[in-house]
Amino acid sequence: MFSRAYKMVVTVPPLLWVTIFLLVPYLLMFCYSFWTVSASQTIVHSWTFDNYKDLLQKPVYWQTLLRSMWVAARVMLFSLALGYPLAYFLSFYAGARKDWLYQMVIIPLWVSYLVRAYAWKTILGSDGVLNTLLQYVHVTHHPLDFLLYSPFAVVLTLTHIYTPFTFLPIYAALEHIPRNLVEASHDLGATPAQTFWKVIFPLSIPGVLAGATFAFVLSLGDFLAPSLLGGPSGIMISNIVVSLFGAAYNWPLGAAISLAMLVLVVSLLVVSERLEKKWSFS
Amino acid sequence: MELLVSGGSNPVSRSGWLGVHVVAVFGFLYLPIVILVLYSFNGQGVGGFPPRNLTLDWYRILFADSAIWDSVFNSLEVALAAMLIALIFGIPAALALDRAQFPGKALFRRLVLLPLILPGIITGLSLLMLFNFAGKHLDLLTIILGHGTALISVATTEVFAGLQKLDRAQEEASLDLGANYWQTFWRITLPNLKLSIIGAALLIFTLSMDEIAVSFFLIGRENTLPLEIWGRLRRGITPEINAVSTIIFLFSLAAIVVWYRLRTSAESRQDS
Repeated sequence: MFSRAYKMVVTVPPLLWVTIFLLVPYLLMFCYSFWTVSASQTIVHSWTFDNYKDLLQKPVYWQTLLRSMWVAARVMLFSLALGYPLAYFLSFYAGARKDWLYQMVIIPLWVSYLVRAYAWKTILGSDGVLNTLLQYVHVTHHPLDFLLYSPFAVVLTLTHIYTPFTFLPIYAALEHIPRNLVEASHDLGATPAQTFWKVIFPLSIPGVLAGATFAFVLSLGDFLAPSLLGGPSGIMISNIVVSLFGAAYNWPLGAAISLAMLVLVVSLLVVSERLEKKWSFS
Repeated sequence: MELLVSGGSNPVSRSGWLGVHVVAVFGFLYLPIVILVLYSFNGQGVGGFPPRNLTLDWYRILFADSAIWDSVFNSLEVALAAMLIALIFGIPAALALDRAQFPGKALFRRLVLLPLILPGIITGLSLLMLFNFAGKHLDLLTIILGHGTALISVATTEVFAGLQKLDRAQEEASLDLGANYWQTFWRITLPNLKLSIIGAALLIFTLSMDEIAVSFFLIGRENTLPLEIWGRLRRGITPEINAVSTIIFLFSLAAIVVWYRLRTSAESRQDS
């Protein structure tokens, strides 16, 4: 029903914009990752695999990448462990308070990411709220200094940030489960545990996958929480990239690492999308 | 779900433990926010239990702090401009995905939505390389372009969802009765998408005000608010940061309430 001209008008401008500001930059990143930096600190446009060799051969890069994945995996698991029961409670037990509680989960998302990371810093620091509280009630007499500037602080903060994001798709999936399926399971004599594991949980898997992917991918690329709360032992791969684009001035190597991250992230998205389709029942 | 509660062998403790878990999760989600607001009134710095010498001094210092207010105005400028870009390109993108067939449509859809799920560092760095390659020096405009581009995804997602609920017959009727495409767009399509567009605009505005990972790489000499805060966090922290964060939080809350009212009143009008 729409004319050719109409379709052109709605298609061409966004297509052009997205090409210039998304596609071309990704392609540039790809090109940069094969270039090098000369001794005089200029970028040489000659093509080489050296950056990728560095990435695979120098332990600092791949070890940090693995460590970042381990941090991201923990954030993902904790967010699921916190978010799933929350979503389950809201969907099946909250009754009339459901909408109100839902808004309560969303509200923390409106507090700036940076501000929440900062708030955890003021809680976990050696003269922070938690340590002074513990000393005030005489649980300890010296501040516990492992709380801040550690991978623990990074995992805690990122879990705090991504739990509501993990909650959202799980809640949406649970809300879509036809309630008569649950009733049928009961009528046929299943216990609540059996109903949960055989009916509810399998139907919520697409939401779990979406939430898990979100938490993993966004934690993996984070550089703000580690540089604010991580200390030397909490450095993540994006912190290395930031320094390569700043003081260390090696854009090509930074581009190679970013591109490796991009490929990893996009493959995860594709796999998770496939799995979600496979598990969805509609 | 009375059936679930009454059917189990030990149902009360089952939902009881779940209740404890839910309370604990809410405690975890709200603890930093409560601490943040509480310590914005603390006379003795950002930590330290119990809070002492409650005061409004940090708010006084904040209101006299011109660097913060400059960054607030920069952020407002960026957010407004980014919102316009995202809507001007995001709404047609949603229409295109809904109504047009063209080569590369699947790739286009993925590209548009990618910044939503990609870590900000990748979007920021790839744009930094573009501006560097094009010889564009970094200023607020580069941040505007960055936010606008990244947030097209939000406008497209929201408007596309709105289009799925749109009654096609109205547009067909308008075209059959002799209105041209332009008139139909302004008088039928756009008014029907009003809620999706306002929702997208509010979301884009708030996300842009808060954005830091993309801005981090595209910043020139003028700071946005999150980058101004970031700079201060590295120099040593005072409850002034808590005070400015508390004020922004209150504004965001007000935005949610406005949006929620708008939506519920529109939904009740549709229902009646």
